[in-house]
Amino acid sequence: MKGTGVSPGISIGKAFIINKFKASVSGIKLKTEESKIVEIRNFDNAVHASVSEIETMKVSKGTDLRQADIDILETQIEFLNDPQIKSDVTDKINDEDATAWDAVIKVIEGAVKMFREMDDEYMSARAADIQDVGNRILRHLDFNESPTTGDLCENSIIIADDIAPSDTISLDISKVTGFATRLGGKTSHTAIIAKGKGIPAVVACGDELLNIRNDDIIILDGTTGEVIAKPDQGQIDEYLHKQKLFREKRLLLESIKDLPSKTTDGHMVKVYANISAPDDLEQVYENGGEGIGLLRTEMLFMGRDSFPSEEEQFQFYRLVAIKSKNLPVIIRTIDIGGDKQLNYFGIPVENNPFLGYRAIRICLDRKDIFMPQLRAILRASAFGTLKIMFPMICNVDEVIQAKECVRQAKNDLTDSGIKFDSDIELGIMIEIPSAALTADILAREVDFFSIGTNDLCQYTMAVDRMNDSVSMLYNHFNPGVLRLIQKVIEEAHKQGKQVGMCGEMASDPLATLLLLGMGLDEFSMSPASIPVIKNIIINHTLTEAGDILGRVMDMDNPDSITSYLQEVLK
Amino acid sequence: MISKDYVIFDPHGMHARPATALLKLTRQYKSVFSLKKDGKLIQMKSMLNILSLTVKCGDTISAIVEGEDEKEASYALDAFFNEEMKKF
Repeated sequence: MKGTGVSPGISIGKAFIINKFKASVSGIKLKTEESKIVEIRNFDNAVHASVSEIETMKVSKGTDLRQADIDILETQIEFLNDPQIKSDVTDKINDEDATAWDAVIKVIEGAVKMFREMDDEYMSARAADIQDVGNRILRHLDFNESPTTGDLCENSIIIADDIAPSDTISLDISKVTGFATRLGGKTSHTAIIAKGKGIPAVVACGDELLNIRNDDIIILDGTTGEVIAKPDQGQIDEYLHKQKLFREKRLLLESIKDLPSKTTDGHMVKVYANISAPDDLEQVYENGGEGIGLLRTEMLFMGRDSFPSEEEQFQFYRLVAIKSKNLPVIIRTIDIGGDKQLNYFGIPVENNPFLGYRAIRICLDRKDIFMPQLRAILRASAFGTLKIMFPMICNVDEVIQAKECVRQAKNDLTDSGIKFDSDIELGIMIEIPSAALTADILAREVDFFSIGTNDLCQYTMAVDRMNDSVSMLYNHFNPGVLRLIQKVIEEAHKQGKQVGMCGEMASDPLATLLLLGMGLDEFSMSPASIPVIKNIIINHTLTEAGDILGRVMDMDNPDSITSYLQEVLK
Repeated sequence: MISKDYVIFDPHGMHARPATALLKLTRQYKSVFSLKKDGKLIQMKSMLNILSLTVKCGDTISAIVEGEDEKEASYALDAFFNEEMKKF
């Protein structure tokens, strides 16, 4: 069966089922005022007992509790003491003649429903906390009910409808090797706990999960969401192997995540990430990214019927700025045209769309599109360390014009008294050969370069890599491409400007040492590639990289370069 | 009465943990605390009510305090929203 993987990794273990206590309304009506007073007192007592139960748990577990567990327990105490819940329950008893039992079920049901319906995943997941609190009060109202307990054995996989915050504290987590739940979502409590403890978890498995019995052997893949009950030996072997690979990768990731990207002889570079939306930042942190080398803004413009307003764009950039925790973020202005078309902005059919009306060419022609984006980015720059980057620059005049637009946008904002970072850095993408060849001229005008190897390759070699009959020619180890890249870095450094790379070459492990040797300052790639590239950087010296560069620049074709680089990395 | 606007920087918004801390803070003062977002006003007494505002990252909220120690209470809110909120 398949659910949603929420905490990556593979676990193989024995099922341990937690049966959720399910309370139902009795329908009993209270007949006297006295009985209402008694019921309200019963409710108060149950709340007190629940609070002291949690306090006892806090004390008895003492130093075993992590701060996160203490927070969960304190939140539960807040809910137990919540004046709104208390007055709602009291009202139900007084006005609807309900027993405390029924009143609690109804009030909790209402609150759970309210949270489930919130269009915020985090908040809707809080429904579990409230249900948990409700169940605890109910247990204290009826002494026949007791929480599920049993003996967990080593390598248990917890099977449940959903895992309540308090379950994870009362369970001996060290014996839990996985979680599979029938319900839940990406931000459910199960997901948060499992991720925090590094235990694989799959949620939203559906009713098929009910077929699992205690002690069944279970395989669970928290990456793909696959859950296999009673696997055969072949499946077990397959997943044991996958588990081994995953653990090796995680170990590598954990060990280097927080290390700076520094060669063993002390040369520092930066490993950044390419992202498209604020939510991608989480993955960047998980993989140890040190900044954002490319924020594509096309996402904002695609999948809609008209251009987004300045305000809409501002909200998007501001969220990125806030979530980036002050790491540098390079925002690329809109890069449409070529293979990226907007259905509400018709570009006439062109013979050569890749050599046509696209990116900065559109922006400089259509200020009504460009200016709102620049103003929105500038406004957001008050909330983080943002930089602006222009794509598809082919001559210095375009840079001068683009800078003039930024100056105008700044004036607009100053006139309106809106705050922004007046020293915001401006850079350009180097992806057209004429730009690469005039790097010395362009470097005077900007603060940084970022090399876009995908387009640079295709323009330098005149190869459309989407065209199957010529795509084999496409290769970033072509000596012509390598010479261009080397020149760009050299010229920029002569003027003290930084050079990054945000094309696919930056994430190619074979290219890492070569680029390091050329002096590339910043490697930007998809978040998942970061650990691999960082690992190469921190295990080599700049001297080695320089030697490799020397050898490669003496070679005459991409195949011999590739096989040499493969040999080096072995 | 003192009313001030704050921008929420926590990526998860006003979630359970900061709300718990906020409730603890309000209990140290005699003033009455309220929160307002998009025209909806709630008293800062109930966890349920605070969470029901669904305050998200990037949202602006108004915090209102009224009472004999409203000045001190407002300073405490400044510190809470501008400093402590970032630590959750």
